Amino acid sequence: MIFNEEFETLPREALEAIQLRRLKALCERLYALVPFYRRKFDEAGLKPGDIRSLKDLPRLPFTTKQDLRDNYPFGLFAVPMEQVVRIHASSGTTGKPTVVGYTQRDIKTWSELIARTLAAAGVQRGDIVHNAYGYGLFTGGLGFHYGIEYLGASVIPVSGGNTRRQIMLLQDFGPTVITCTPSFSLHLYDVAKDMGVDFAKLRLRVGICGAEPWSEAMRQEIERKLGIDALDIYGLSEVMGPGVSVECLEAKNGLHMFEDHFLPEIIDPDTLEPLPPGQLGELVITTLTKEAFPVLRYRTRDISMLNPEPCKCGRTLVRMGRIQGRSDDMLIIRGVNVFPSQIEAVLMEVQGVEPHYQIVVDRVGQMDTLEVRVEVDEAAFSDEVRQLQHLEKKIEHNIKDYLGVSAKVRLVEPRSIPRSEGKAQRVIDNRKK
Amino acid sequence: MRLRPLQAGGGIRHDWEEIMKVEQISVFLENKAGRLAEVTKVLGEAKINIRALSLADTTDFGILRLIVDQYDKAREVLKQHGFTVGKTEVVAIEVPDRPGGLAWVLQILSESDINVEYMYAFVQHSGKNAVIIFRFDNLEKAIELLQKQGVRIYTGEEVYRL
Ligand SMILES: [Zn+2]
Repeated sequence: MIFNEEFETLPREALEAIQLRRLKALCERLYALVPFYRRKFDEAGLKPGDIRSLKDLPRLPFTTKQDLRDNYPFGLFAVPMEQVVRIHASSGTTGKPTVVGYTQRDIKTWSELIARTLAAAGVQRGDIVHNAYGYGLFTGGLGFHYGIEYLGASVIPVSGGNTRRQIMLLQDFGPTVITCTPSFSLHLYDVAKDMGVDFAKLRLRVGICGAEPWSEAMRQEIERKLGIDALDIYGLSEVMGPGVSVECLEAKNGLHMFEDHFLPEIIDPDTLEPLPPGQLGELVITTLTKEAFPVLRYRTRDISMLNPEPCKCGRTLVRMGRIQGRSDDMLIIRGVNVFPSQIEAVLMEVQGVEPHYQIVVDRVGQMDTLEVRVEVDEAAFSDEVRQLQHLEKKIEHNIKDYLGVSAKVRLVEPRSIPRSEGKAQRVIDNRKK
Repeated sequence: MRLRPLQAGGGIRHDWEEIMKVEQISVFLENKAGRLAEVTKVLGEAKINIRALSLADTTDFGILRLIVDQYDKAREVLKQHGFTVGKTEVVAIEVPDRPGGLAWVLQILSESDINVEYMYAFVQHSGKNAVIIFRFDNLEKAIELLQKQGVRIYTGEEVYRL
């Protein structure tokens, strides 16, 4: 189901014309209204009028999370406070949070994008949505809430916490849709099981899960246990909140980005150069229509890729790949960018299960070395030496094949990789900085 | 001790083959000091006797293969101590203690295209003869063939009590 047929199925040329018009207007506004951006333009020797094509995008300055902190709380707002009707903030684990604002029109745009998101998941008027994203400064709860109402479906604003009561409401109110983090959906399942409640008997049909990275294996687990379709949604408060991109029910393969409002790029987090479609790198987003808190080339630190191939749902919007991790985790080994998630994907393909592994990077002379330690579980174990050597060789071969870098694979005993707070330390980099 | 010779006869041959399989525990070990000692300590504390043992290793890791008197208990305590363990079915064969005794057995196998994945000697002798553990690529075929040729094979139960 497509909520906004016109804007979600535009031919590429028409879409790019809209993007360029909006980008030009954004640059004009930022230069005129936000001192931070005026300074950035001046430093780069740029005037808003220099942007004549989308190809000029890489000339524009980036915005980082640090820039947001430096301008705490309202320094990057592009409208006077009288026009700001909503404030949200991200929980800063260290120091001050990052603060974002919305005008009335921003709230309306956001609501429409959530309505598009819901429609992509097959939700319509008559559906009841159990909205278990947290309400408050976090964008998840309220962002969805307004969008569900905008679509005309019914919203149960249950927010987070009080799991047993949530199970009761799931039984009594009969919601058909759930919006929550993927891990919370599995927690709900476990608690329901303890209470003797069978998820198969609930009316739930689809879940829209996000706000934390998750894997394809986890999707299958959620779908199997809860008996629903589980779709991935992406968003971040610095850009808007949930509803920046979402998977469609038809393909479940990549998240359609609402490109009439957001301009995505993938860059090499080391050189900051743009990367072509299909390549893994850091996702950078420019907001094209935000009024109160627009951002130019915001570095999300999230690792993804863009897929411009047409989708069977009919949307012409580009699809971004599931988030593969954080750009801060990137390793440069003999000049090749390597993300731990890529090595994890190789191990998962070879072993067929969630691997326990550790990446050790070192330098011998002028040469970087990459060692991947993999715990041997019963499924991978064989009592024949050559079988295990074959496993090592296969992983080494696939790493070389997919990542373009050679690695030494070493099989280690289970639980020999130290874990802190239940999570293994994935990367040890012994190179001198 | 003298063991009663086993004869396989037509219709019950398949059952004999089952009885003649010996359960071997294999343990994954990193190639570092003290790991082998740890396994024997864990088994010793659980009062499990090791009947036969072999270690195949590379520069990085080793595979310890064990025949013990209590297979299930050994598997359980090793897993409790965090070891990756596997189960393999092997055959225990009596090899005549005379020059060319082993060569005779190997000759029988190679003539029938049965591959020996690995083999190792039993700690104890049975009478005057050596007992050797064999791992074949085709276990059933190997048992059938060796029996036809009159090679003495021990049942699992005999081996655990040997
Ligand atoms: Zn689609």
